[in-house]
Order: sequence, then structure tokens, then C-alpha cells
Amino acid sequence: MAAEPVSAIHVSDLVVGFGRQIVLDHLSLDVRKGEILGLVGASGGGKSVLMRTIIGLIPRRSGTIEVSGNSIGEGRATRVTAGNWGILFQQGALFSSLTVRQNVQFPLRENLELSQTLMDEIADAKLEMVGLAPEDGDKFPAELSGGMTKRVALARALALDPAILFLDEPTSGLDPIAAGEFDDLIETLQQTLGLTVFMVTHDLASLKTVCDRVAALADGKIVAIGPLDELLRSDHPWVRAYFHGKRSQMMQPRA
Amino acid sequence: MSSAPHLNAVGEHDELELRPTGSWTAAHGATLERLFAGAVPQIARIRALRLDLAGITELDTLGAWVLEKLSRQAVTAGRPATVVGVAANYTGLIDEVRQVNRRPPVVQPTRNPVLDRVEDVGRAAFSATDDIAVFVGMLGALASALFMTLRRPRSLRLTSLVYHLYRVGWQAIPIMVLITFLIGAIIAQQGIFHFRRFGAESYVVDLVGILVLREIGVLIIAIMVAGRSGSAYTAELGAMKMREEIDALSTMGLDPIEVLILPRIIALVCALPILTFIGSMAALYGGGLVAWFYGGMSPAIFIARLHEAISVTHFEVGIIKAPFMALVIGVVACGEGLRVKGSAESLGLQTTTSVVKSIFLVIVLDGLFAVFFASIGM
Repeated sequence: MAAEPVSAIHVSDLVVGFGRQIVLDHLSLDVRKGEILGLVGASGGGKSVLMRTIIGLIPRRSGTIEVSGNSIGEGRATRVTAGNWGILFQQGALFSSLTVRQNVQFPLRENLELSQTLMDEIADAKLEMVGLAPEDGDKFPAELSGGMTKRVALARALALDPAILFLDEPTSGLDPIAAGEFDDLIETLQQTLGLTVFMVTHDLASLKTVCDRVAALADGKIVAIGPLDELLRSDHPWVRAYFHGKRSQMMQPRA
Repeated sequence: MSSAPHLNAVGEHDELELRPTGSWTAAHGATLERLFAGAVPQIARIRALRLDLAGITELDTLGAWVLEKLSRQAVTAGRPATVVGVAANYTGLIDEVRQVNRRPPVVQPTRNPVLDRVEDVGRAAFSATDDIAVFVGMLGALASALFMTLRRPRSLRLTSLVYHLYRVGWQAIPIMVLITFLIGAIIAQQGIFHFRRFGAESYVVDLVGILVLREIGVLIIAIMVAGRSGSAYTAELGAMKMREEIDALSTMGLDPIEVLILPRIIALVCALPILTFIGSMAALYGGGLVAWFYGGMSPAIFIARLHEAISVTHFEVGIIKAPFMALVIGVVACGEGLRVKGSAESLGLQTTTSVVKSIFLVIVLDGLFAVFFASIGM
């Protein structure tokens, strides 16, 4: 194996577009190993497109993407890296015909040769790590509340102990208490398992409490990246509008 | 970096020291299970267990859990277990795993499979009353909506009605014509083939004429409409229910029955007799063609014999049933559509139920009509 890559995700000169519209315009981004990076941007500005392109769901026009040192090809090539990352989709994307426990076991069952007992124990352990009771394992996704769905989806994303975790708006649709708990959970798991987390979010509180660095996406480019304090001082007009609007008052350091 | 895991056992006067080395990760899951199974009998024999993790190069939740199971194995047997040499970066993981799966598993009471089946049958029978209630409720709501519309004819959704008439009527014509044409041809062929033995080939005209006009025409069309348009109604209304569109309509002071369901059912009630007529003609045409090419009966003779064999009564018997079958299909389809709950499976389930139930009811209705027409001598 080659020397350890410094960045967990390396994106350079990425161009993604649909038809005539260019969504990501020569975008470059590095996510360091072991950090939690929050990605902010306007609604419809290409945040989810960037995440989905990195995980190989959307074809790109040009540019290179490397995840854990492996370059991501188009389409089917993503199978190779499937065990290296876990993805939490915005709506959870749990398999509706499987129980919660089977959902968490699914990546284990498909990728490894394990006995059913061990898989059950691992699934229960994962569910407990994300704060669910073993009894919840027998429920079906349709019986879960929004917060529980996100927790199960997180347990499934973590099933194979991936090095990188992608989160697409993990706290959207949760009340502030549940969102706060979810933030704590992600932080704890990130520290325990040594994860690299790439988080697309609109939740200013998440950015403040859990993210090591924040990247701002505007006009198809990363216009600012760094710790939150740095972004608060940025003079890019969109970043200023985002962090200094009425809703962002709480972000400002108290005078 | 990734090396195969090993478990070296060092025995020092009754105290067993296990030294796991290598990558204790999910990728080596099968090996780890073997190592665990091998170590269990050793643990049973000793007085104390020491786990020295210094040799581990890689560790994840699965590996950590297998190690934790080893130490728990010793603890449950009443032997003290100590874990040493944990690398700093794995402390968190080891501590986390130590806390999980502590609660005793919930024992599910074993159930009697025979009693379960009996219970299922009972519940299914009981829920049939539910189905009847939904059907009657929908019929009543529809009647009340129709009454309101008759009092204020301007409130009828004409655009919606025409659109649905176009979809369930006009767009259905090609497939209905094709199917009934084939059915008519097949009946004629079978009739000729079997009647030939008695030299009664000419009676195939009576067979095709009476069968198609009285029963097969309307039945095939109704079943096709139930599969084609009834399922579409259920799926549409179900999707609207899932996306809370129906709730939105109600909160704006509109009656979903009047806005969504009445135009659909009126369209179906208008379209089905028309389709039945077209379908019956296509079936007679198919029968005539087969009689000509397979039975050697010229079209002129076929038409002349058809004239003798059938009367308007046969045609009436068939066509009178059509609007009632349309009503049943529409009421079942819309009723099932409104029963859809939040999930996608529920939508699929109700759509299937809608088609099965409406085909069943169409056939039951056809049987009732047969009894009715027989008793009034039609």
C-alpha cells in the first residue's frame, strides 16, 4: 500500500452539470482525516449534488475524486469502496421490507461471512450505540418516528465501521432536543471510532457545536473553508449573508 | 497494514493470558469467530483470564465485541478477567463496547402455530365487516355528493369528468377491442371444433352471439377496467392521501368526495357501457371472421343467422349490467385509495386489494344479475 493519504476525501477541479446548467464549477475540496466537516450552501445550490457526486451517484463532467486514496470512477466502480464509507440519507432510506435489526445487519450479511448469532449481537450493539433499545430491532421502518429512523440509518451506515461517514442533513426534521442529541451522538461516535465525517447541513447549531471546519458552497465553488470563527470573519458576500442574517444572530460572539 | 488476526495463548499457572495480534476487524470476521470458538473451551478450564491487547494493529467494533465476549465468557464462569495493553486510540471503542448488550434479551413467548392460524382466520373474517362498512360508507358519501351536485349542477367538476372519461374510456378502447376480438374468435373456434362432431356447426352463431352479448362481453370489459382503471384510481387517490393532498382539500372547505371521487366514478359509469358495446361488437367481429376462415361460413350467412339467434333482450341484459359493475369498481377503487396509510407498502397493498376485490365483486354481481334476469324471464 502507498503512503497514507493526508486527506480522507480529495476533490479537485470537479465539474457537474445537468443539461445546460452547471451546478458545480471547477470545485476543489479536501476533507482531512478524522475531522467533521460541515458543508453549507444555498438550497438548491448543489450541496447534495456534491455529496452524491463524491459517492458516485451522479456522473461528473470532469475532475477527480479520491476517497481514502482510491479514486472514484463512474457508476459501477463505486462497489469497490462500498465498505469504506457509510451514508446517512436525508430520509433515512431504510429498506422498508426489513426490520430495523435486519436493516443494520444488511451490510454485514452482504459483505462478510458471519454467523447469525454474531450478526445479531453486532446489530444490537450498534443499535445501542446510537441510543436505541434492543426491542426496537424487531420494528419495521414504517413504525419508527423521524428521530428513530435517523438513528437506525446511522446504525446501518456504521455497520461495517467505515472510515468515512457522509451525512445528508442529519438534523433536518428533528426538534432542537433530538437534533442536539443527534449532534452529541455523532461527536461521540466520531471520537470513539475515529471517523471522518462529511456533513451537509443547514443547522447552524450543528455547525457551531460539532463541526471542526465548515465549507461554504456558493456559485458552484467552495468560497470559504475553515473553522467557523474564520468563516464568520469572511467577507464573501454570500457567506456574510448566511452567517450574519437575522437567523444567524446567535452565532455571533457576544460583545 | 492489514494482517491476519491471531490469538496466542500463554498459560502461566492456571492464569491464561490471551494475546490477540493482527487486524481484529470485520474484514476478518469469519477468522475471528473461529478464534473465539477455539478459545472458549480453554477459558472454561482456567482460574483467571488476562487479555493483552498490545499486539493488535487494527480494531473495529466487531473485533472489539469478540474480545469483549471473551472476557465476558470468563466473567460469567466466575473467573476474574483483566484487559491490559489497550492502545490509546482504541480506549474509547473498548469502553463503549463494554457497555453494550448488557441487558438480558427479551424472551419472546413461543406461540402455538395452529392457534395462530385460527386467530388469523378469525381476524380476517372479522375484518370483512370493516370492508363492508367502507363500501357502504363510500356509497353513501357518493350518493350525498351526487345529491348536492344535482341541487347545484354548476358545482360538478366538468373538466375533471371529461379528463377521466378520456382516460378510462377513450384511451382504453384499443386494448379492450383487441382482447374482446380475441375472446370472440376463440369462442367461435372452440364452438366450431366441438359442434362439428354433431354436425351442428351453424349453432356456433347462437353460441357466440348469446354468450358475448349477455355475459362475456360485459364481464371481460369489467375485469379489464378493474385492472386498468380501478387500480389507477386507487394508486392516484392513495398517493394523494400519502402526500396529505386530501387533507389539504378538506381544510380548504372542499369535499374530497365531490372534487376527486364523484367525477371519477361518473366517468367510469359512463365509459363502461360504451366500452361494453364496442367490446361486444369486436367479439362478434372476431367470431364472424373465425366462422368464415375456420368454419367456412360466409359473412352474409353469419349475419343472417345472428339476426335470427339474438334479440334486443340479449343485448339489454348485457348492457344493463355495465353501469352497476362500473359503480362497484369505482366505489371499491376509491374506497381502497382512501384507506392508504403513510407508507409505500400500504399503497401497493391497497392497490392489489382494490383489483382483487373489485374483480370478485363484479363476478358476484354478475351471478346475482343472472338469477334476477332468469326470474323475470329475460
